[in-house]
Parts: sequence; C-alpha cells; structure tokens
Amino acid sequence: MKFGVISFPGSCDDVDARLAAARVGEAVALWHADHDLAGVDVVVIPGGFSYGDYLRAGAIARFAPIMTEVIEFAREGGYVMGICNGFQVCCEAGLLPGALLTNVDRRFVCRQVTVELVNADTPFTAGLQAGELLSIPVKHTTGRYYAPPQTLERLHAGGQVVLRYAAGQNPNGSLDDIAGVINERGNVFGLMPHPEHAVDPLTGSSDGLELFRSLATALV
Amino acid sequence: MGGVKARVLVRPKAGILDPQGAAVARALPALGFEGVSEVRVGRLIELELTDPARLPEMCERLLANPLIEDYEVLVERDGG
Repeated sequence: MKFGVISFPGSCDDVDARLAAARVGEAVALWHADHDLAGVDVVVIPGGFSYGDYLRAGAIARFAPIMTEVIEFAREGGYVMGICNGFQVCCEAGLLPGALLTNVDRRFVCRQVTVELVNADTPFTAGLQAGELLSIPVKHTTGRYYAPPQTLERLHAGGQVVLRYAAGQNPNGSLDDIAGVINERGNVFGLMPHPEHAVDPLTGSSDGLELFRSLATALV
Repeated sequence: MGGVKARVLVRPKAGILDPQGAAVARALPALGFEGVSEVRVGRLIELELTDPARLPEMCERLLANPLIEDYEVLVERDGG
C-alpha cells in the first residue's frame, strides 16, 4: 500500500500526512509541479494554504500540474483523500460535490471535535463501525460545507455523507453538520477534520489513524 | 499588456448565508445608519485583456465558483 502526499507551495500538513500514512504503509512525497504520481495506490491532498489560497481556497491548486494526473487517477477509480485544504481542492476540481465556505462566525477555529462516522461501508472507513465517535482536530477558516438542496438530498440518500460533527460540535456552520463526504463512486473522500493529527495517544487521540489503516487494509 | 479594461463582480449566490455581509449589516446600525438590510459582500476583480469574449469562460472556470457565487462582467468601452 503506497500513499502519495502532494506538497503544494503553502501546504503545511503534508509532512504529518506522510508520517501518518507511514504508520500503515509506504508514504512518498508528490510535488505539485510534477506530472507523476509515482505509482501510488492512494493520493492524499493535504491541509494548508495551497498557492496562498488566493481567490478562493483551493481554486488555484485545482489547476496545479499534478492535478491533471490526480483527476485522471480518480476517474480511473484511484483512491484520493482530501483533507481540509485538500477537501477544498477536491470540491473546486469537481471531484467532490459542494463547496466549502467561510465559517459562519468568520473566525479561524482550531480545536478537537467529536465526529460521528455515518458510513462505514467505504474503503476509507471499513475498519470502523457506523455510529462510532472519533476525536479529531479541526483547524480552518473555510470549512462550512455547502451543497444545493437537491445535491444534499442525494448525498444523504446515497450514503455519501461519511462523517458528521457530533451534536453540538459543528465548528463552522456546515449544512447538516457535514464533516466529510465521498463521491458517488466511492473513491474520493474529503473531510475537514485532520486525521493525520490524531495518530498517537500522546497527542490526545489516535482515532484519525483508523482512517489511514482502513484504507491500507481495504486495498491489500 | 494593455487591451480592454473589464471588471468582474462576484457575489455570494442568493440564499447562501454570507457571514461577512451579516456582520456589516449588524455594524451599520451601531454607527447610526438605520434601515439597511440584505447586505452582501462580494469581490471586485479588475483586469485588462485582449479578448473580452473569453471573460464568461474565465469566470466559470476560475474567477467565480458558479455553485456558490454569481458573477457579472462589465467591459469598458474603448477609450472609456
């Protein structure tokens, strides 16, 4: 199981994502300006502020050279996990439905939140149980998930809402407390919480590691 | 580079909560400006370009996110 973590100028969670992935498999760095996915099984688009997040979060990164390959990879069924800024990039690239808007209170939020696993029937969550609560940090200003009403309906009906903030935990005003969604095909997963920052009990929680482990196990 | 001057106005779509607009709407009465509602804060992009016919495509693909934003293109007349 080989994970590739993209580094854009302005990425800041790429190293943590590589370290997290390396606990369950092989992890390599991918460079934004390359057109090479190095034969990885999973592409991780990490958190940060790619290309300064000018214009809109993820809007410029979506056109990075490597994204041509990532979009093609996803189209062929390759696994893509977009975390925070990576989630924003996936939405801008049309790999995931919806968009991330400025937090409802307009403030940067940085705290541990409890999220509920809604759908365990995905390769990203197969090692967990539906209804399970996970403790994972969030840190963002642009994390309010939005999708038009018909899209939301479809997401709920199709099990595409994979993670939601537990009652009273929604940190950003996301519609229906949505914290993470998967595409219809089930190979592109985006989430605002940072599983790569929750991989060791030493720092409070290792619940995030389970997402990486699920994927590593499911794809063997 | 030169060319035609244009402005693109990008606004949050109707129905989408705009916290920035809401904050401004709350701040105005505090300064004595009553009777203001429906404040929406958007973005103004000024540019010069040789082929203004391509502006709508630029807006669709990069300058705006059509899922969450409306845009309006204003092209200045020659010499304007």
